Order: sequence, then C-alpha cells, then structure tokens
Amino acid sequence: MDRRKFIKASLLTSGAIVFGNYSDVYPYNSSSLSSDYDLVAIKGGEPEAMFDKAIASLGGMKNFVKKNQKVVIKPNIGWDVKPELAANTNPKLVAHIIKHCFNAGAKDVYVFDHTCDNWNRCYTNSGIEKAVKDAGGKIVSGESESYYHKVDVKKGKRLTSSKVHELILESDVFINVPILKHHGGGKITAGMKNLMGVVWDRRFWHQNDLHQCIADFATFKKPDLNIVDAYLVMKRNGPRGVSKDDLLTLKSQIISTDILAADTAAAKLFGIDIADVPYINYADELKVGQKDLSKLNINRIIL
Amino acid sequence: MNVTALKKIRVAVSLLFFLFTISLFLDYRNILPPSVYSKVLFLQFIPSFVKFISIAGLGAIGFIVILLLTLFSGRVYCSSICPLGTLQDVISFLSRILKKKKEKKKREFFRYEKSNNWWRYSFFALAVIPFLSGTIFFINLLDPYSSFGKISAHLFRPLLIIVNNSLAFLFEKMNLYIVYPFEYKGVETFSLLFAFVIFMLVGYLSFTKGRLYCNTVCPVGTLLGLVSKYSFVKIAVDEKSCKSCGICERVCKSNCIDTKKKTVDFDRCVACFNCFDVCPTDGMKFEYGFLSSSKKNQQNIEETRATEREEQISHSKRNFLFNTLVYAVGLTGISLSQIKITPKKKSKVAVFRKNPVTPPGSQSRNNFTQNCTSCHLCVSVCPTQVLQPTYLEYGLLGMFQPRMDFQTGFCNFECKLCGDVCPTSAISPISLETKKLKQLGKAKFVKDNCIVNTENTDCGACSEHCPTKAVNMVPYKNKLVIPEVKDEFCIGCGACEFACPTKPYKAIYVEGNPKHLTAKINKEKKLEQKVDYKEDFPF
Repeated sequence: MDRRKFIKASLLTSGAIVFGNYSDVYPYNSSSLSSDYDLVAIKGGEPEAMFDKAIASLGGMKNFVKKNQKVVIKPNIGWDVKPELAANTNPKLVAHIIKHCFNAGAKDVYVFDHTCDNWNRCYTNSGIEKAVKDAGGKIVSGESESYYHKVDVKKGKRLTSSKVHELILESDVFINVPILKHHGGGKITAGMKNLMGVVWDRRFWHQNDLHQCIADFATFKKPDLNIVDAYLVMKRNGPRGVSKDDLLTLKSQIISTDILAADTAAAKLFGIDIADVPYINYADELKVGQKDLSKLNINRIIL
Repeated sequence: MNVTALKKIRVAVSLLFFLFTISLFLDYRNILPPSVYSKVLFLQFIPSFVKFISIAGLGAIGFIVILLLTLFSGRVYCSSICPLGTLQDVISFLSRILKKKKEKKKREFFRYEKSNNWWRYSFFALAVIPFLSGTIFFINLLDPYSSFGKISAHLFRPLLIIVNNSLAFLFEKMNLYIVYPFEYKGVETFSLLFAFVIFMLVGYLSFTKGRLYCNTVCPVGTLLGLVSKYSFVKIAVDEKSCKSCGICERVCKSNCIDTKKKTVDFDRCVACFNCFDVCPTDGMKFEYGFLSSSKKNQQNIEETRATEREEQISHSKRNFLFNTLVYAVGLTGISLSQIKITPKKKSKVAVFRKNPVTPPGSQSRNNFTQNCTSCHLCVSVCPTQVLQPTYLEYGLLGMFQPRMDFQTGFCNFECKLCGDVCPTSAISPISLETKKLKQLGKAKFVKDNCIVNTENTDCGACSEHCPTKAVNMVPYKNKLVIPEVKDEFCIGCGACEFACPTKPYKAIYVEGNPKHLTAKINKEKKLEQKVDYKEDFPF
C-alpha cells in the first residue's frame, strides 16, 4: 500500500507541477453555429446512414471540427459486454464519427472512457478499441488517477469540484456519444449521465445525491456535440443488461449541441416521464440547456 | 560425449524455464494466453504433487517426472527447472562479478562444507509432518516455487509496474498514449513482508554461500536429495585423473565436492555441471548403477553427521527466528480473523463477514485452503485485482492464501483466468458458462447503511454493477428506488459491494458460501419488438 501511495503521490505532484492548475478552466459555450436546427432526431436507418443525414442537416462536421484541431470522443464503454447487448455505444457509430472528424480536418481524435468493468476488457470486448484504431483514432486509458486533474464546478450545488480526465480539459472539441439505456439509479442514461465517465471519483456522486451531481457536472463543460445512440435500446436491467431480451430495436439517433435538450428528447423516445428523471429537472434549474423542446427548432427525419 | 557442454545446456534450459516462469507473474497486461501457464508450470514439484493428491491425472504427473529424473541423474530439477534455484544462480553470478571487481584477484567462491543435516531434516519434517495431518501451511512457507511466486508477484512485478508507469508518464507529457499506467492496488502487508524476507534470505545466502538455501531450508531439495542417493547416474571424482587442484570445489555452489578426499556428496549436488566445465584433467566422471556410491563417500557423510551438531550456521538460526516471528505475530492477531469492512465514517451498522469468499473454480473453502500453495499466480493475473492474499481470514494456517477482496475490485463476469492458471487443484479450470452461474456467496443488503434510506437520494451503484440483476432497484418512498437482493440469481461476484459508496460500512456485501452453489439463470420474458419506424417522434 505504501508503495502505491508513494507512486501516486509522486505522479500527482509531478503532474501538478507540469500541468498547472486546472481549476481555472472555465466552462465555455459553443453554440455559435451556422445551422438552422437546435436538435436533429432521426430514425429508421442504420447508425452510419442516420449519422450522415443528421450531421449534414447541422451543416456537417466542419461546423464543429476545424482544421488541425484535437478532438475527444467520449462513448459509453463502461461494460465488459459484447456489442450486440448494447451496454456500450455502437462501435460502428464511433468509428463513423471519427471518420467525419478526420474529413473535417481533425489532427487527432482521442477516445476514452472511465469504465466500470476492467478497462482492457471493456475496450476489447465492446469492439470499440478495434473500431477506433481502424478508423485512425487513438484509444486512451481512463484507468489511472494520474490522468485526472482537479477542476472547480462553479455552478454545482452538491458537486463543487471534481477530477476530470485531461483529454476533456485539453481537447479543442468534445463529442459526447452516449447510448440510451435504462439505468437502475439514474432511471435512464444518455448524454449527461455519460459524463460520469470523464471523472475519477464516481462514488462521490452516488454518495451525494446522484441526480444533483449529474446535473451539477453538466454545468462544468458542455460537449460541443451530443450524439445519442438509440439504435438498440436497453429497456430494463440497465445499465449493464442481462440478455438480449432486454433490448428494443428503436433504430434512432438524436443529435444536439444542447445536452439537456438531447437528454429530454432521449427520455421521451425511451418512454419515460420527464418528471421521473430528476437530473433532467435539476439541470433545467441550473440552466444547462433547454428542456422545453417546443422552444427548439427540431429537424425530425424519418428514413 | 562432450561433458563440458552439459553446463551450457543446463544454463540454457534453466534460463528458459526461469524466463517463462517469471513472465507468467510479470504479465500485468494479460498478454500471455492462459494455455501457456499449465505447460510452463507442469514440472513444478509441489504444485504438481498437491494437484496429484486431489485429482490424480495426466496433468498432474509433473512431480513423478521429476522423481524419475532424479532417480536417473540426480537433482536436475534444482538447477534447471526450479525458478528459485535459478534466481539464486543469477544472484550468485552477480556476486561473483562484484567480488571480482572488488578484489581483482582470483578468489575462492565456494569451498567444501559439511551438510547441515540437522537443519535440513528439521525443515523437511516441518513441511511433511503437518502436511500428513492435513495442513499445507508449512509447505506453502517452504515451497521454492511458491516463494518464487510471491517474490515475483510482490517485488518484481511492482518494480516493473513502476517502470511502466514512469514511461507512461513521460509519454503522456508528449501527448503520446502508447504506454498506459497500471493502477496497482497494492498487496496485503504480510505477504509483501514475507516475499521480502524470503528474498533477502535467499539473496543473502546465494550471494555469500551459493545453494545453501536449497540444501538446508528447501524441503524439495531435501526430498530430491534423499531420492538422489539412489540415482542411476551420479557425479563423482575420478580418483586416477583428479590432481586435487580444487578448481571444481571453488565452482561448486552446493559446496559438496571435497577435493582433498576426492568425494562428492551427491545428495546435495544440484546437477549444475560447473565442475565438468572447469576440470582441467577430466577428473569428474559419471558413475553408473544404483550401487556405485563409493564406500569412501558413505564414510564421509557419516563423518559429517558426527560433526554437524557442532557447526550450526547462522542463517538457519535466522530462518528459525523468522518462522517463530511469523508464528508469534500471527498469534497476536488471531482475534482479528473476522473481517471488518473499510474504516472511515458515516454508515452506522458494522458489517462482518463470517466466511471469506473464495475464487470461482475453487469449489469450496475447504478444497481451496487444502490445495492452495499460495504461489500468488492467480493474484498476479487477476485483471481486476480482486484476488488478494489473506492475512488471517482463513485462520493462521491459511495465511497468504488468496481470497476475493471486494475493497480492491470485483470478479469480472466474463473472466475465469484464475482457474485457467492455477497450477494446483485449488482453483480448477471451469467453462465460462459454469463460472457465470457459480455462486461464491450471496449479497446481503444492509438497509440501515444504504444511501437511499439514510440520505433520501437515489444511488443504485450496486444494481448498476450487478451482472445478473440479482440486485434490483425496487420502488421506495418519494419516487426513490432501493436495492433488493434475489439470492437465487446472485453469484457473489462482489460488484455490488465494490461499487457501494457508503463508508465505513458497506450497505451491501457478499457473505461467502463455504461450499459454492449454482445460481439460477435470471430469465425474463423477451421484450415485444413492436416498433413503428414510420411513426412520428414523441416530441
């Protein structure tokens, strides 16, 4: 134990010296985009085809990724589960997004998750590691505290600081690619819940009102783009799932720069009452985004 | 036959075995396929012997091969196959280089010494007598392979991880994520201490005295020594050719060649063939036949026995003291043998586990503790680091045998590596389907510690991690959901316990099954796939 603490301490100390203090990193808004739509919902096609259509209606990936930018993609890779059980984001979709990023001129595309099961196995068995490498992206571990740096969550009610993965802090573009699922404690998981995988200490969230913490963290740094994979949707026994019998093939996708709008739409698609998902309402109170979908310009595409 | 080539062959074979064996313990990224393990460890004497006793089969006859080999040509195991033996040779080799540099003159590395038979057979008895009465503990302390395992797992492996993590850190600064840091969760202090003490002891003895450990402490060495008295081929001094120049004596790490009397105490000879390599006059020879040991040799051994009581070498005392110390410290801690879970603050109901949880494939606590030689190979390969050596959870005589420690991790649903690599029958290999239903224990929910109950907020971390949904969230007051455990589906993987955020006591923990049971499949009705893809969005 002592050795471990020593390594940790020395890594952290040197990390602190090298990387400086991340508490000054502010959340920033990235909604200065040239598109008519706030949200695109699409259904009836394969994940890649749906993404092509949806992103095109938002002005293409060029609107989000500029030349030579560093992009980080955060899918859900939380579980050591095969792709067909839909506990993790569809690897094909992740690979396809990476390709779009490179086509838009991205210099590097990084992919990581702070997994729940053993990270090596999650990365391999979810199919995401291979998909990312094949698409030219870089898969990075989320399994070391040395990657995470303390930041302040200034608008947070319960969660006022957190240790966040450096890729989230350093990248120019942050793309959030959750998969829509049932969730034991969170009721459903989509965009905001997926951000639990960019912090080190998740237990704190569970200890201190999970729903409030999810909403609090959404005020820290809003992803530049949220792509909710709702092709295969786990309707019960989430977030890990027990068998294929838990899945419903919805063949849908929701894309928005507004994480709250994306989650609200996802919740409706899932078929749960918004009032039953406390974090969506808490996020609304914190003005994370727009919960009232009627105020948004939505492009609904049925293939 | 060119006898001088024998040494080269021995060195090559021993390095091969050594490198293969050590890489099993150092493979912290699980690169090696599980099938390699049983092949590499097939010939390890004690694990094979222990396995043979409980499941006689072709996979467990490694020790018989070694016995036959010894009966043919002496203690080949000790020089070529035993990893602790080769480790000593490596240290010995380094010491010679250092000493050469220091003194610059030709030095006597080794010299003939009399056998420490009293110590030798005392240690042997210490291993054998308790074993006959059903206690494997002392064998575990003395087995060279298992000691090597603990040294590799708790000393060498962390060193490699430090190197890995330093590299990872350097690369990370250059924005390269080629090498990943490894989150080493540490190891139980006593196992670390034991590995360290054994390493220091073996290191000191081999640095100064060659293979004294093998000929004093090691019960395998003693047993094979006894067998080698009847070896068909023995190494001996050729009285005609030998000029008593003493070169062979200086390279004999077992200190068993007496060049004045021109004898070889063959039961201490580890068959390293160094003597053949250096002899300028062909003075070393093989004697054939079971009756060949010369009278002179016999006499000499008897002489040795007569004088042994007068000479006691300090290391043996040290080892004895060490054993006493371990025992004494163990005794003082015996009242702690029930496990308390995390000491910090907040949750109120103290939680005690009656039975430690044993790994899947171990069948029962009894089977596990009777067959585990605590080599800690499973501890090394476990990808979630849930397998940790115990202190007193199995009682004093089960010290160092691993258990599932749900503070450090939980058993990965899709993994059965520990059973695949275990060289004894403590953890048997089982299919993944069997493993996924193997009930190691049952989750117990302690409502008074649960966040949902004490804080009135949602949590669900336990249910989230549960792979079989034996832990399910059910409606509670104020639209909250609270965990409920269905025993029949629980496999005791400990994911719920690991994930539970309450401190100091968990609100859910796994109570071990002394005998593993089989869980039921959690089969639910398939969801109806009634989806209209042309229907409008619900928003």
